[in-house]
Amino acid sequence: MSASLTVNAAGGASAAPSGAQFQEAGNAAAPAAPAQGAVSPRSGDDAAPGRRIGGVILEVEHITLSFGGVKALNDISFDVREHEIRAIIGPNGAGKSSMLNCINGVYQPQQGDIRYRGEQVSQWSPRTRLRRMAERGVARTFQNLALFKGMSVLDNIMSGRNLHMKRHLLWQALRLGPALREEIAHREKVERIIDFLEIQAHRKTPVGGLPYGLQKRVDLGRALAMEPRVLLLDEPMAGMNVEEKQDMCRFILDVNDEFGTTIVLIEHDMGVVMDISDRVVVLDYGRKIGDGTPDEVRANPEVIRAYLGAGE
Amino acid sequence: MEQTFPRLLLDHARQRPHAPALREKELGIWQTLDWAALAALVRDLAHGFAAAGLARGQHLVVIGENRPRLYAAMLAAQSLGAIPVPLYQDAVAAEFAYPLQNAEVAFAVVEDQEQVDKLLEIRGQCPALRRIWFDDPRGLRHYAADGLASIDGLCDDGRAHAMRHPGWFEREVEAGRPGDVAAMFFTSGTTGHPKGVVHTHTSLIDRAQAGARFDRLTSDEEVLAYLPCAWIGQNVFSYAQWLACGYVVNCPESASTVSIDLKEIGPTYYFAPPRVFEGLLTSVTIRMEDAGAPKRWLFAKAMALAHRVGPALMDGKPVDAWERFKYRLGDLAIYGPLRNALGFSRVRVAYTAGEAIGPDLFSFYRSIGINLKQLYGSTETAVFVCLQPDHEAKSDTVGVPIDGVEIRLADSGEILVRSPGLLQGYYKNPAATAEVLDADGWYRTGDAGFLDAGGHLKIIDRAKDVGRLRGGAFDGAMFAPKYVENKLKFFAFVKEAVAFGDGRDRVCAFVNIDFEAVGNWAERRNLAYAGYTDLAGKPEVLALIKDCVEKVNADLAQDERLAGSQVTRFLVLHKELDADDGELTRTRKVRRGAIADKYAVLIDALYDGKASQYIETAVRFEDGRSGSVSAELRIEQAATFPPTRRAA
Repeated sequence: MSASLTVNAAGGASAAPSGAQFQEAGNAAAPAAPAQGAVSPRSGDDAAPGRRIGGVILEVEHITLSFGGVKALNDISFDVREHEIRAIIGPNGAGKSSMLNCINGVYQPQQGDIRYRGEQVSQWSPRTRLRRMAERGVARTFQNLALFKGMSVLDNIMSGRNLHMKRHLLWQALRLGPALREEIAHREKVERIIDFLEIQAHRKTPVGGLPYGLQKRVDLGRALAMEPRVLLLDEPMAGMNVEEKQDMCRFILDVNDEFGTTIVLIEHDMGVVMDISDRVVVLDYGRKIGDGTPDEVRANPEVIRAYLGAGE
Repeated sequence: MEQTFPRLLLDHARQRPHAPALREKELGIWQTLDWAALAALVRDLAHGFAAAGLARGQHLVVIGENRPRLYAAMLAAQSLGAIPVPLYQDAVAAEFAYPLQNAEVAFAVVEDQEQVDKLLEIRGQCPALRRIWFDDPRGLRHYAADGLASIDGLCDDGRAHAMRHPGWFEREVEAGRPGDVAAMFFTSGTTGHPKGVVHTHTSLIDRAQAGARFDRLTSDEEVLAYLPCAWIGQNVFSYAQWLACGYVVNCPESASTVSIDLKEIGPTYYFAPPRVFEGLLTSVTIRMEDAGAPKRWLFAKAMALAHRVGPALMDGKPVDAWERFKYRLGDLAIYGPLRNALGFSRVRVAYTAGEAIGPDLFSFYRSIGINLKQLYGSTETAVFVCLQPDHEAKSDTVGVPIDGVEIRLADSGEILVRSPGLLQGYYKNPAATAEVLDADGWYRTGDAGFLDAGGHLKIIDRAKDVGRLRGGAFDGAMFAPKYVENKLKFFAFVKEAVAFGDGRDRVCAFVNIDFEAVGNWAERRNLAYAGYTDLAGKPEVLALIKDCVEKVNADLAQDERLAGSQVTRFLVLHKELDADDGELTRTRKVRRGAIADKYAVLIDALYDGKASQYIETAVRFEDGRSGSVSAELRIEQAATFPPTRRAA
């Protein structure tokens, strides 16, 4: 397996920003311009502290999730701070996606607590949990894209505005007066996202016909349309080529920087994770084996063993 | 003529304040800036520049795609007598260093983070650079570099400055003289540093107006500005002529949406280098190949008709009534929709320039009813030297000299131009200026050519490559290798050609087959071949190439000045000319000298009259290994034709 290789690559990639890497992690990795691929010449003088990382907003405590006899997650605890980029990594089947599904309410863990901004998420009934998390500004993207293939990019992103639409169906159908005004306001928000993600050329293209990397971008766009405060990204860079990965990294960092959105992401590519995240959780077979800054995690012997030994 | 660009702007703003001047697609909607609003923006920017210390005669660098506020910044600089210097937005940072140092640039207006990053990167080399303003703040929020600010901030400064200095803007515009320097364009030199070409208001406006008169341009034209405005071609079309005529310039949403925006705007006046037209044609061809059989059949049928009739209709020549009827049907079913798909429904005048355009490519556009024409000019001549009149467009000439242009041929065959649009000089480079501009005001273009019987200018080669035949039937005749080679290369089967003849009694040539095209051709004929060398040596292939050469000869014979350049003998090379072997430059230009040395035995064989010649050549493979290719090359005789005099 290539896991060992990526560990090495990560070590090399992040050797450059040594001291202030916590604050600068975002800046240092930013591939400056997608067209040029030039290295961002940010130097000491303009590396102003970007976002200010705040207090803990999401706490996961002693989560255990099992499917029949299989323990997908075993006593996992970690927290997420406001405005940070938090990565969850681990080999295949480590339980990463299950962890995200627990956070936004798709799965109900058998044991443990999830607290979001002081509220006990795990106590809500399964019926209300998903919607409430969405209403509280937690959006997510999916590993196996869940876009409406036959709809245009614009309509797909517009569907992310669903929760913000106030007028009921009849008004929407009539598309008059207040409903029209509301639609225009939503369209403007969506257009800003299209502009932000640089997909203007594909605005009216059916999503099914787009290359995979662009579909991923549309998926991110739809999540952004919810104006989330926390964004859960499930392998946003899986299956992408290097250039697409660079673009996606830049968008993730920009989202974090421009809107202050807290980001929790699952990723396979160690190089990417180490470059863009502030803190990393490492899972292996449902257990947490590491938690800390990229440098700490990289130096953790158990993490190295898991990655080197995980090859089949 | 007492005009400057800022005065033209203020005239438009006075006479038709609410007519659209610029459009830009923002958030999916075309946003219009009218002349009055533009003038107000320019005034704010000019005041802002003044507050920052930009003074008359200083330079302002402008880098970015075509954006309304960058256009306004150029106008604002000109309003207070400063000189805008547009640079290519796709250049790497290091390429900015020389122009910035050369022109001692202290102020820059750029589009976005990408450009800001590049300027900050070279700031150490350009200590004079004090202020940088950006249009799009995205990603720049946390930058704390000295002197970095947004254009919004600049406008705010400008309004504050305007409060303190009422009437200042009008006085500054009034103080500008038409003979003042209006802009500087850096030409990409192939060797050494780029040179700054200095143009005055007079030279640019005069040429812009001459071009506009020639094509009867009005204020109703729509133009899409999508090429770098650092290129004088785009700058003249979307800046000089824009202000001279007062038409609408549209800025596309982004580089990737140009084809969509083109369709939405439907420009009436369009300009692109041949590669853009080629790209469009390729996309059409690919989409047609994906279409069903009936559609393909219909398309082929219609295009054959268009090919036969279209150009003649375009040139206003008489056409058989039945053919004309069929063409009209075709227009309804195929050509019209095709023009629409390309975004050319409303095009009244389209120009191409810069390189030689293939006759097939050229006639494709004319045959479907797009008035594509060629023009001749350069940065130094403010573009407009020769233009093709509407009914006299040909693929191998570049048109007739327009108003104010005098053309003279030097003894060497080099074209000399005198016009009001010539450069004032190269910036801080009197030696280079003296090389191209003589005391009587003649500019040496570096191109060789002549005026044909119809008064059209024909460019044949770079002047330094043109030679003479010595001895034989055409003693002393001009020999332009590239002209002959280009003609050969327009055939799909010919990849490269090298013509020899300078100082000899006749012309001989090497031909490189296009492996893909000829391979395809061979497969369709069940002609088995083992590889490039084998294919290139097949008698059938030699016959195919001979046919191409003879067609070129027949074409050359049409002009008595070029009849001597007919290829008498040729051979098909056993290997592809390659940059790795030092036979081509990295930009795929033939290195004549290197090839002549390397293949001296072949050249001797061509001129000795031998029937074949053995050759062994060392080649370097892509992985760094080297080997050799050898072959016995047959030398073919090609039919030549007596020169015919043609009244064009």
